[in-house]
Amino acid sequence: MTWLNILIQGALIGGFYALFACGLSLMFGVLKVINLAHGDMAVVAGYVAVFLTPHLHIPEIWSFLIVVPIFGALGYVVQRTLIQKSIDRDPFTTLLVTFGLSVVIENLLLEAYSANGQTVNIGSLGYESWHPGSIFYISYVSLGVLGAAVLVLLILQLFLSRTSTGRLIRAVADDREAAQMSGANYRHIFGIAAAIAFATVALAGIAYGMMTQFAPTSGGVNLLFAFEAVVIGGIGSLWGTLIGGIALGIAQQFGAHFNVEYQILAGNVLFLIVLAIRPQGLFGRKTALS
Amino acid sequence: MSQLLEVNSLYVHHGQLCAVDDVSFTLPEGEILAIVGANGAGKSTLLRTIAGLQHQTSGSIVLGGDDIGKLTPNRRVRRGISLVPEGRRLFASMTLEENLLVGASHANDGPFTVKRIYELFEWMPARRKQSVWQLSGGEQQAVAIGRALVANPRILLLDELSLGLAPIVVEKIYALIPEIVAHGVSILVVEQDVAQGVSVADRVLCLLEGKTSLVGTPSELTAQQIDRAYFGTDLASSAPGALST
Repeated sequence: MTWLNILIQGALIGGFYALFACGLSLMFGVLKVINLAHGDMAVVAGYVAVFLTPHLHIPEIWSFLIVVPIFGALGYVVQRTLIQKSIDRDPFTTLLVTFGLSVVIENLLLEAYSANGQTVNIGSLGYESWHPGSIFYISYVSLGVLGAAVLVLLILQLFLSRTSTGRLIRAVADDREAAQMSGANYRHIFGIAAAIAFATVALAGIAYGMMTQFAPTSGGVNLLFAFEAVVIGGIGSLWGTLIGGIALGIAQQFGAHFNVEYQILAGNVLFLIVLAIRPQGLFGRKTALS
Repeated sequence: MSQLLEVNSLYVHHGQLCAVDDVSFTLPEGEILAIVGANGAGKSTLLRTIAGLQHQTSGSIVLGGDDIGKLTPNRRVRRGISLVPEGRRLFASMTLEENLLVGASHANDGPFTVKRIYELFEWMPARRKQSVWQLSGGEQQAVAIGRALVANPRILLLDELSLGLAPIVVEKIYALIPEIVAHGVSILVVEQDVAQGVSVADRVLCLLEGKTSLVGTPSELTAQQIDRAYFGTDLASSAPGALST
């Protein structure tokens, strides 16, 4: 029964990792940009939810309705200005720029809101749980976040496969020049992909704030987990990201079962094993690496 | 006849190397111009520059009276220039039909639709849901042509259609060209395979190390003239039996 509990808790936290990681995966898959400020964007979204929505007299649990569209627009603007400018130089510049962005964001947040932990206040729902068996506790928030992750991935999958814009995003990811030769303005398509990535990471940031405390520097460790989820699942595979996130979550719970200090170590070990045995990830295509 | 495309003293550089060196030509409406030349003669660079994928150093590219030399590739598609790139460059994660739909996403008005492409290539409808990597080289080339045609170009740029394909497949693909021209599309075809290029063209332009070495209609050019323009030396006289004339 203990093992079943490890699987359940791992899957629940894995849903959060997947939600956090899918934007990262999209940015890398389409723009070929590794956004080192991805985690910090999530944290900023958390702060916006905590400090903006009370002014608008909206319960914080619904804050994502405001914050997610704002971040979508922000993603488009940041891409068309800052990130595109660095892509036009060379790939290394994008790393420097997003790293710099990350440092600036963390320090601005420290300056403005101090290092105190914050949470997105959702009242008693934050600590209530469903108690189906003697040792099982399933937190409503975690279950909700897992549900949100599945829903986001499903919508993203349908968008990419069924709509004209989604097809153009995939076309640009496959071959940017050939997509241009089909009339696509790749910069605009990049902007749309970045908008989706920022919107999903905003949702992840608010979810994080509902599950636990966050501080200005919380982005880094979550970015690491998101990277691991993407690599385990396979770059360019949306459902792979979910499976990767869940696998990472289960590995961490498994490690924590023996010793709490092993929690993160066990996740990293799984990541390294996958990287050694199957570098393209569980659901990745080999060509994605070349 | 009115000139659809005018290229005037075009220079294109790859770093220090001058890949296209003072090339000028015109393409009247409804004509097929073949650009032949050896490896590295600048043929593909010339096509890519016309399509906007490569920057010109100087000179002008005029389409229907407008200088399009500064437009991005996607804007040139809207003006009526479509390229079938060397190596086909299909969208590998997509099905046959999705490749065509991407091609149609920014299409101009005109006769070609995905449905019309399916009539042109009768084998396609049955396999439209297949991934393009499951198709043979010739079939992939057909999809690449279809993807460019659904944008309804005024000028179709064909880069090395015959590369890596069996002669019989190449013949089949070239047999389509008259039908495409019949729809009012002008064609600029780049070929390493001289015989293939010459057989289909109204006019031939030969490039040698980036420069125009010969221009003429297939009927007025002899094989010997083309050989000399292609290789830069008179192989037929210098090396006995090297190439038939």
